[in-house]
Amino acid sequence: MDPMAEIKATFFQECEEQLAELEIGLLAMEAGDSGSETVNAVFRAVHSVKGGAGAFGLEDLVRFAHVFETAMDEVRTGRLASSPDIVKPMLRAADVLADLVRAARDGGEVDAARSDAIAAELSAMTDGDAHASQVDDGMGEIDFKPVQVTTDDPPAREASGWTVRFKPRSELYRKANETVLLLRELARLGEVEVELDASELPLLPHLDPEGAYLAWTIHLRGEGSEAAVREVFEFVDTDCELDVQPCDPDSDGQGDVEAVADLGAGLDIDALIRNAQAQVRDGQATGPDTTTEAAPVVSAPGANRPEPVKANASISAPTIRVDLERVDRLIDLVGELVINQAMLAQRVTEAGMARASSVAVGLDELEQLTREIQDSVMAIRAQPVKSVFQRMPRLAREVAGATGKQVRVVTEGEGTEVDKTVIERLADPLTHMIRNAIDHGLEKPDSRRDSGKNPEGVVRLSALHRSGRIVIEVSDDGAGINRERVRAIAAEKGLIAGDAMLTDEETDNLIFMPGFSTADSVSDISGRGVGMDVVRRSIQELGGRISIVSRPGLGSTFTMSLPLTLAVLDGMVLSVGDQTLVAPLTAIVETLQPRRSDVHSVSGGSRVIAIRDRYVALIDVGMALGYRSEPLDPEAGVALLIEGEGGSRAVLLVDAIQGQRQVVIKSLEANYRQVVGIAAATILGDGRVALILDADALVAASRGAEMRLLPTG
Amino acid sequence: MTQPMSESPKPPGLGRELISFRIGSQEFCVDIMSIREIRGWTPATALPHAPAYVRGVINLRGAVLPIVDLSIRLGLGAAELTPRHVIIVAQVEDQILGLLVDAVSDILTVTDDMIQPTPDVASEAVRTFVRGLLAIDGRMVSFISLDRVLPEGELELAA
Repeated sequence: MDPMAEIKATFFQECEEQLAELEIGLLAMEAGDSGSETVNAVFRAVHSVKGGAGAFGLEDLVRFAHVFETAMDEVRTGRLASSPDIVKPMLRAADVLADLVRAARDGGEVDAARSDAIAAELSAMTDGDAHASQVDDGMGEIDFKPVQVTTDDPPAREASGWTVRFKPRSELYRKANETVLLLRELARLGEVEVELDASELPLLPHLDPEGAYLAWTIHLRGEGSEAAVREVFEFVDTDCELDVQPCDPDSDGQGDVEAVADLGAGLDIDALIRNAQAQVRDGQATGPDTTTEAAPVVSAPGANRPEPVKANASISAPTIRVDLERVDRLIDLVGELVINQAMLAQRVTEAGMARASSVAVGLDELEQLTREIQDSVMAIRAQPVKSVFQRMPRLAREVAGATGKQVRVVTEGEGTEVDKTVIERLADPLTHMIRNAIDHGLEKPDSRRDSGKNPEGVVRLSALHRSGRIVIEVSDDGAGINRERVRAIAAEKGLIAGDAMLTDEETDNLIFMPGFSTADSVSDISGRGVGMDVVRRSIQELGGRISIVSRPGLGSTFTMSLPLTLAVLDGMVLSVGDQTLVAPLTAIVETLQPRRSDVHSVSGGSRVIAIRDRYVALIDVGMALGYRSEPLDPEAGVALLIEGEGGSRAVLLVDAIQGQRQVVIKSLEANYRQVVGIAAATILGDGRVALILDADALVAASRGAEMRLLPTG
Repeated sequence: MTQPMSESPKPPGLGRELISFRIGSQEFCVDIMSIREIRGWTPATALPHAPAYVRGVINLRGAVLPIVDLSIRLGLGAAELTPRHVIIVAQVEDQILGLLVDAVSDILTVTDDMIQPTPDVASEAVRTFVRGLLAIDGRMVSFISLDRVLPEGELELAA
């Protein structure tokens, strides 16, 4: 990647962060928080996007961000009160801004009419009465000069100049700004006289090399407006104390200079040296009390001491960006360590060492340490679900807009962490479920009112950790599943027999069947033939499960339970023929000891097994994978009832269960190719490769032999 | 069992280095640049629905490595496995695979003009893999390419 592209990539990454901040801020404003911190955060976000976009010459983005920024500035300065009428268009503007950023990054087009309309709406807001005559519609005519921001300023005084007091905080330097450049920039506006105020400079022992101790007072004589002066500090204004005062027209500015010079006593090097020497002689150079007492030269009355605590509070915990490949390499290595440790343990047992021997004890400690390292390394890949959750309010707005419904999205547990890949692959199913919840779950405002509900529906999205897994719930307070209709549709589509007797739970689960879609008409929102079966499938691919609870009139709740990482898996270690296989624990519903009388042969040599009066396909794993040429006697083996895609079930017949353990997932495709019936591989304690069964594929392969498609539970 | 390749003496002048190995009574060689290491035979985990020449997979320091029995692949028939067999770990494009051979015999330094074209009489297996023939001290060594050693194409769906 060439350096420019790299910088640009970083810019887009930061844009995503800024856009997220923007949305969070706007949502807070929508909820009634108009505190300056929130408003400023929103302003800063738009501002940063604009700044970066300008540097890369992304003109569309700059133009739109500018209009947005202008509007935000009005709110920030209090000229425009934050209200739902203001915030709603801003939320839409944030969506457009996000689209523009993505278009700039990935190429592609943004609906110009939409962005123009929203830009016009924003500028109408800012121009209000004062400039209504200047702006008609569209953006083409608007001449974006930064001056526009300031036209509403109090009547401009015929100031002969400005006195600028500028005191950088350490963050300013940390962000690689340079005061000299700022001052030089200021000098372009007119004649300047710069005073350095070094009164806060501590003695060397107390000097934080990265601290900010200097302040400047600049007397600017010239025609420049206050806005022009402030613009110089545009990119640093959050990281410094800035005070811009008009010079008294009567004075030529000299008075101010003297006043300031009196106030801050400059840097008296001789005095400092004398003092320091005195302290060294007294051997008290490190006493803070002594310093303040013995250094009257540096104490400046009235100087604004920055509050470091406050400044740091806004900075979140320090983070670094790391190439994902490096993290994955580390995870691989730790996986190796775990396997090696297990091998070592096995060797020690084989060698006949006593449990209490010092080797065995050391090994136990090693195991503990290894597990801890593994957990910590996995935590590097873990990210809060926030990144996917925060896309949902926007989606909800769009779906609500398209369906004429009112919706509020409530998210909980956004900080819950899960593997990055899980998060990425969660986005699609969640999107689909939110759409479904609004499109099918929530009623229209009128009918909600009729049934005594708030016309605004609530879709709740929550995440939490439960017993080593992440549980995500999507619930709505809509009408719940219409079981009559579900049953009718399922019968019509031939998914169930017309006279099938189903429990409520079974009926609800019908919506997960392939080819099922309850929408009256295939709508743009959630139709298109993909339904909850796709959602279920994506969740199962992640090693998760999904279930639904629906209460008529009160709404539905979908609950997903997912593993925290895709790198390890809880598996059941099985013997099949002379091979050792692993079955994912999540796919196994129960294990049972089959009786010969329960097993029946059906046409084509396939077998079924009766479990509580239902016939389920019996898959002889050894036969299916070609490890055995003769079918296994059911009573000589163990049966595992598994649930695959679409809730269909099958029974796997294996020779024996060896135990249960966590295994590190290894790709088979990396060096070979996909194998039907095998999901991946792992390495067991003896150092040998064991294959992990793909329950879905085995069930699918046995479809032909299945008696009923219905869940048996 | 690993023998780092860097121990081999650097030949003076141009030409390429080949590593030669024995399968039954025949000798073959491959470009040394595609060889990562040589290790002893360890029992492999059988793969379902795999062609006969794929012996299974082994654990190579955490990577799952498919083992191709070159004897079967080259149409020389299956050999009885002994602990004396070795696995040549080779890199083919972005995949790593293990080649099961009887023994590694030599490192040859050859120039391109020493590689003679394969005569027309050859069988299909020879046409697929053999790039040329070398006469080394009166022995014939077949120079093979590893590009098509692993099964290709779409998955054959299991019934």
